[in-house]
Amino acid sequence: MSACRFALAAGLLLTSGCATQTKPVAHPAPNLGQAMTEAELAFWDTSILVDGSNLPAGSGSSAQGLIVYKQKCAACHGATGAETDTRLTPLIGGMGSLATAQPVRTLGSYWPHATIVFDYIRRAMPYNAPKSLSNDEAYALTAYLLRANGIIDEALIVDRTTLPAVKMPNQNGFVMAPEHAK
Amino acid sequence: MSGDKTDAADEPEQVAGNGLLHRRLFLTQGLTLAGALGVAGQASAQTALPKRPDWMTRQGAGLSGYGQPSKFEEGVKRLTGQPNPLFPSVGSTRTPLEKLNGMITPNGLHFERHHSSVPDINPDAHRLLIHGLVRKPLAWDMSALARYPMTSVIRFIECSGNSGAAKRNVPQTSVGQIHGLVSCSEWTGIKLSHLLDETGLADGASWIIAEGAEASSMVRSIPLETALDDVIVALYQNGERIRPEQGYPMRLLVPGCEGSVNVKWVHRIKVVSEPGDSRDETGQYTDLMADGRALKYTLLMDVKSLITHPSVSMKLAQPGVYEVSGLAWSGHGAIRRVEVTADGGKSWADAELSGPVLPKCLTRFRIPWSWTGGPATLASRAIDDRGNVQPTHEVAIARYGEIGAYHYNGIQPWAVAQTGEVANVRM
Ligand code: HEC
Repeated sequence: MSACRFALAAGLLLTSGCATQTKPVAHPAPNLGQAMTEAELAFWDTSILVDGSNLPAGSGSSAQGLIVYKQKCAACHGATGAETDTRLTPLIGGMGSLATAQPVRTLGSYWPHATIVFDYIRRAMPYNAPKSLSNDEAYALTAYLLRANGIIDEALIVDRTTLPAVKMPNQNGFVMAPEHAK
Repeated sequence: MSGDKTDAADEPEQVAGNGLLHRRLFLTQGLTLAGALGVAGQASAQTALPKRPDWMTRQGAGLSGYGQPSKFEEGVKRLTGQPNPLFPSVGSTRTPLEKLNGMITPNGLHFERHHSSVPDINPDAHRLLIHGLVRKPLAWDMSALARYPMTSVIRFIECSGNSGAAKRNVPQTSVGQIHGLVSCSEWTGIKLSHLLDETGLADGASWIIAEGAEASSMVRSIPLETALDDVIVALYQNGERIRPEQGYPMRLLVPGCEGSVNVKWVHRIKVVSEPGDSRDETGQYTDLMADGRALKYTLLMDVKSLITHPSVSMKLAQPGVYEVSGLAWSGHGAIRRVEVTADGGKSWADAELSGPVLPKCLTRFRIPWSWTGGPATLASRAIDDRGNVQPTHEVAIARYGEIGAYHYNGIQPWAVAQTGEVANVRM
């Protein structure tokens, strides 16, 4: 340690032994974090967990979703979402392609959970007005995209109960990196 | 090694084939080496007296509030692709590695990778929230955070898509275009463990989900173990407040881990029992393998190195002594050794590690090389202090298959032709 100090003072940083970080000096925490109200927390906490917990109230059908899709999404993602000339990953298709030489990774063929479709659309889309969709619109768009991918039936009303129960084609396709596997 | 005699008859001993010289040669023999290797000095043929340049006889510019590079360095810019006009900020810019030296990336040249755009965040209206499986959910504003003990570390950040172009193709662009999604800075901020100490952790806490405050709000999950170890809520980059495109007013620094988990503009951390599997970490940033399964949360960036000088698209002026130099790094720890070949991998010599050798940090390496003017294939191979060895192209491909675009760290060879032109090749 003192040899390291000396080396640092002399500008001799070449040896790796002296270049590792020194242990931080114990410092009393200032404890300045502020409590939040339940309402504040509920407003910010938009994370939808894998089991669907925290999905909001509201619902939508694929027929309603197609109407919203045409208004708010088609300009970038193509008339139906299956188009491949948009310079974006198509939103539809690619089923059964993952183990081939030309895999097409869409939300239908690749994503492991139906809930993350809702989560992503609600927080990030439409690109030009993110976080502007109502929960009903986000459920309807999710229904449209799942229906167009052949994952759900036309009749399914998508909401906080039905969405987590949807089985995705690739739900067992992901393997945890060995270093994080329990 | 030939002692201190430097006459042309007494050439320095090679340490590996095709002209690689001992890594300390420049230090021990200095400039006289050029003579020893037969490079003619640039004798002046002028007879008239030289003229003093203007800047020695006239006053120049005045003081300035924020210094800028010389106008002669105008060409040193981040390298951009062709953005889509509908969403021009989605994409990346790359660090021009071939134009830099040392280990630190200047702030304005740090690579960018955005999934939407750069927010214009007013720091007075930005807070960091921590909630979920904690005892007390808490929020900190900037003035509160500024009072916490800070720590400074020099670390690289590399996008997991870096070098993807070199995996399937052999692009003849530049080392920055191919491998410039890596940069290195001194980051200063508050250890996340200090803040998690203050919230306390509830039963079952085992991952965190971090969210950015930009338009598309990037979401990435990080194991709690990592979060409590060396993750920093970074406020400063190379001494100044983080630039907007790097996460102003705060970003996560997750040392050694792929760029996208170093969540920029971080505003909310939820402590959870399982990772979030969001679109940004399943639909994106997963490694699809040949059998159709994909690895998720492959966060650590593996050991890697590349020669930046000389590199593809450069041209060596004439035979003689050159310094071969480049960068090595590993997400697992510190670089222990970098070997360089000039004969396409038949023989290798140790390069000098130049400057501080820090864990999870870019490390500059250098080795002198005497180019005879014949064809040569240069490449570097890094080994880290955990014993990880940078793989060949074939081994790197075998690991994640040919499909995935992420985590490519194969050895990068450059061929020097007799004309002096440097090309990208496979070895
Ligand atoms: C102005 C253009 C634009 C509009 C309009 C738009 N998007 Fe997008 N969308 C994008 C871009 C750009 C991305 C890729 C973002 C990235 O790189 O992370 C994207 C990505 C997506 C993805 C992720 C695809 C994948 O496989 O990763 C989904 C799903 C999506 N959009 C749904 C929608 C929906 C639903 C709407 C309508 C409410 C919509 N988008 C409107 C530009 C747009």
